[in-house]
Amino acid sequence: MRSRAAGIVLALCGLVRLAADGSKPPAASNPPEHLEVPPPPFSEGIFPCSNCHAGMPADRHRRELTAMHTEIVLKHDETHRWCLDCHDADNRDVLHLASGEHVPFEESYRLCGQCHGEKYRDWRAGVHGRRTGNWNGAKTYLLCVQCHSPHQPRFRALAPKPPPQPPNRTMK
Amino acid sequence: MLSRRQFTESAVGAAAGMILTACGPKRLYEAPKDRIKAAIADLERKYKERHGKAIEVSDAGPIPGVHFAYALDISRCVGCRRCVYACVAENNQSRDPQIHWIRVFEMEKEKGVDFSHANPYYNPAEVPEDGHFYIPVSCQQCEDPPCTRVCPTGATWAEKDGIVVIDYDWCIGCRYCMAACPYGARHFNWAEPTIPEGEINPNMHYLGNRPRPKGVVEKCTFCIQRSRAGRYPACVEVCPVGARKFGNILDAASEIRYIIEHKRVLVLKEELNTVPRFFYFYAT
Amino acid sequence: MPHETAIDSIRLIGGFARGSAKLILRGNRAYWMWLAFLGVLIVSGALAYSGQVRFGLGLTAMRDQVSWGFYIGNFTFLVGVAAAAVVLVIPAYIYNWQPIREIVIYGELLAISAITMCLMFVLVDIGRPDRFWHLIPPFGFLNFPRSVLAWDVIVLNLYFAVNLVVATHILYRAFHGKPYIKKLVVPLVLLSVPMAVGIHTVTAFLYNGLAARPYWNSSILAPQFLASAFCSGPAILLVVLQLLRRFTPFEIQDAAIWKIAELMAYAMFLNLFLHGAEAFKEFYSNTQHLAFTRYWYFGLGSHHTLVPYAWSAVALNLVAFALFISPATRRNLITLNIGCLATYAGVYIEKGMGLIIPGLTPDTLGEIYEYYPTMTELRVAAGIFAVGFLLFTLMLKVAVPISLGEFTDKAKAAAAQDAVIAGAHTAQ
Repeated sequence: MRSRAAGIVLALCGLVRLAADGSKPPAASNPPEHLEVPPPPFSEGIFPCSNCHAGMPADRHRRELTAMHTEIVLKHDETHRWCLDCHDADNRDVLHLASGEHVPFEESYRLCGQCHGEKYRDWRAGVHGRRTGNWNGAKTYLLCVQCHSPHQPRFRALAPKPPPQPPNRTMK
Repeated sequence: MLSRRQFTESAVGAAAGMILTACGPKRLYEAPKDRIKAAIADLERKYKERHGKAIEVSDAGPIPGVHFAYALDISRCVGCRRCVYACVAENNQSRDPQIHWIRVFEMEKEKGVDFSHANPYYNPAEVPEDGHFYIPVSCQQCEDPPCTRVCPTGATWAEKDGIVVIDYDWCIGCRYCMAACPYGARHFNWAEPTIPEGEINPNMHYLGNRPRPKGVVEKCTFCIQRSRAGRYPACVEVCPVGARKFGNILDAASEIRYIIEHKRVLVLKEELNTVPRFFYFYAT
Repeated sequence: MPHETAIDSIRLIGGFARGSAKLILRGNRAYWMWLAFLGVLIVSGALAYSGQVRFGLGLTAMRDQVSWGFYIGNFTFLVGVAAAAVVLVIPAYIYNWQPIREIVIYGELLAISAITMCLMFVLVDIGRPDRFWHLIPPFGFLNFPRSVLAWDVIVLNLYFAVNLVVATHILYRAFHGKPYIKKLVVPLVLLSVPMAVGIHTVTAFLYNGLAARPYWNSSILAPQFLASAFCSGPAILLVVLQLLRRFTPFEIQDAAIWKIAELMAYAMFLNLFLHGAEAFKEFYSNTQHLAFTRYWYFGLGSHHTLVPYAWSAVALNLVAFALFISPATRRNLITLNIGCLATYAGVYIEKGMGLIIPGLTPDTLGEIYEYYPTMTELRVAAGIFAVGFLLFTLMLKVAVPISLGEFTDKAKAAAAQDAVIAGAHTAQ
């Protein structure tokens, strides 16, 4: 029910945007304080997207891709959403929020945070996700997508490291 | 009887011990700074002679206004054991006989946090296994540690920043502390510890990860060589799912305080009143 | 009486030492075979221990999961034996019961041997025996009063000293044909009564105070330790006294032996009652803490190494109780000695293996590692027992003749005087 409502809202936003004057997105509402994050983990050569998409007309019809990006299997609420719900149709070098606001790939966490608000808050506090560095120094963050593939976010199972040796009477 | 090397090594150890213990404060607990520095210089020099590699033994004291605490997210831990082996490498634990300061227990979701049904020897092809969750256990750095209470020679004590440490040169190996610890956190060197040559971590602390002799007790020290230098312990950094959090519980802005305030936090064996500084929580 | 000068003292002590050496070196075939047997065990134990020192405690079966084992079990049992010497002291001095009075000294010699063995068992158990001096102030640091082990170090050594002082004083004075100094001996002997209770209570508190080990963290532990000590310790003494009666002119009244056996019966009743009370609490309340008791009596899953020992101990204790409580079997020498063996074996099993291992199995995080001693541990333990028995034998070899008045300074002095007189006569 909720995802359906969200879908409708997004669609309405899209319509509003289309109806709005020109293709200029609304200004950023709350510019985030600068967070030190590593660069987004792009596949080799894939960015900037505009290299291919600059001249291409945007096909907003929801479909399964056959010409390109076929290796991407979407498993992220795929019954209700597809590529252009996150990727901006007109400028493939950025993502967009529900409001239409553009976010660069370096700030993709703002996009994730829209739906995953609790995790986003935890992540900002440093409680969600891996962190390296200093407990009393500059805080480093990883981007969400560094651990969670945005298309298939569920963590893959890992092979565990070897179990400890059980205690053995003979040591020699 | 004893090999010459063993004799030299015990002589080295005895000599290092002698510097500290000859006529005056005996334990590192009481030794004045210059005596500690002398013992450390001795350790560094002898190690360089024997292995040709330079080591650095820190004597960093507790940072004022800091009391360390740890929090582990058991809704995230997948039981991959990368923390166990990162700890082994960082803290120069013996490979043979094998010593692990961290032990990961596979629990059944049906039974909850119940150690009578826990299994540390799980070895499936992939983790996490269906129907199970994982609880790693290491020293809880208790506020009222039963281990320091029972030590007959005062070889183990809690430092001002909360880390419970062991003076490896004072411990007589009676293992009373191991009987007293409710968390199985303390480990004994049942034989001469061995670390492969190329795998020694040269950044050491005299109360932490310097190589231990045979016949003494050792345990997790919250990576004292890292934490007193402001860094996260090795287990925190290596955890691929970010289940481990560490910080200063006295700092209201720390991750630890955030967790205590916003998450459901539990400690192990709370009824024993040890007041552990190691919290377990569920982030979701 | 002329005041003893320092030179006199040295001469007297020297005489005592030489005379003792002569006594020790003179014996019949059985004596020398016994000494040889003990010698073999001691050498075997020493070799095994040197191997353990070289390799590390890994030669035992102890591991992180069960970090105390056979050595500490034996230590605990022997502290009880040492404390049991007091069973003789109470009727002798407090009730002034003459038949026991003359044999109190043997209880003290037993206590000295037992404490020696206790200290040796601790020494072989610690990982760094070269660092034992860390316990001794002012060279080391004793964590008194927080650590119960520090208390144990103090009271055990104090009890050892008290028994040593009293025994050597009595024997030395008897050697010189003089009575012991009551003002010195009686207070010390009376002190040794609460001290004996003290050493075993403190040893019980070693385990009792550990909240991490629910099997031990039971209020019943200290009373149960005392009960099991008082029924097992005197058993050795009863056997020794009978041997002395048989092979030396030493006279020990039957009444004394029967009284000791009777007291042991009451102690065994208390021991069985306390075990029963503990079993009730564990099985009826049926909490997870039952696991330890269950492991001991019934095993857990496929782990049941200790079950035969558990029920053997129960059976032996019951047999001992039955034999000692009934005057008929108590007074029959055969059944009496069977009872002595049964109580010694039963309490040895229950206090040695039955206290330490189940307390640590399963471990604090639920893991089961089945411990039972290795050959190294058995050899070292046998060696230590042999040292204790050797010490006791040698002390008896000197003490019995002194008690009988056969080995005295006066006799030698009188003989010397006779020789002078005889010499003077012949010269004439």
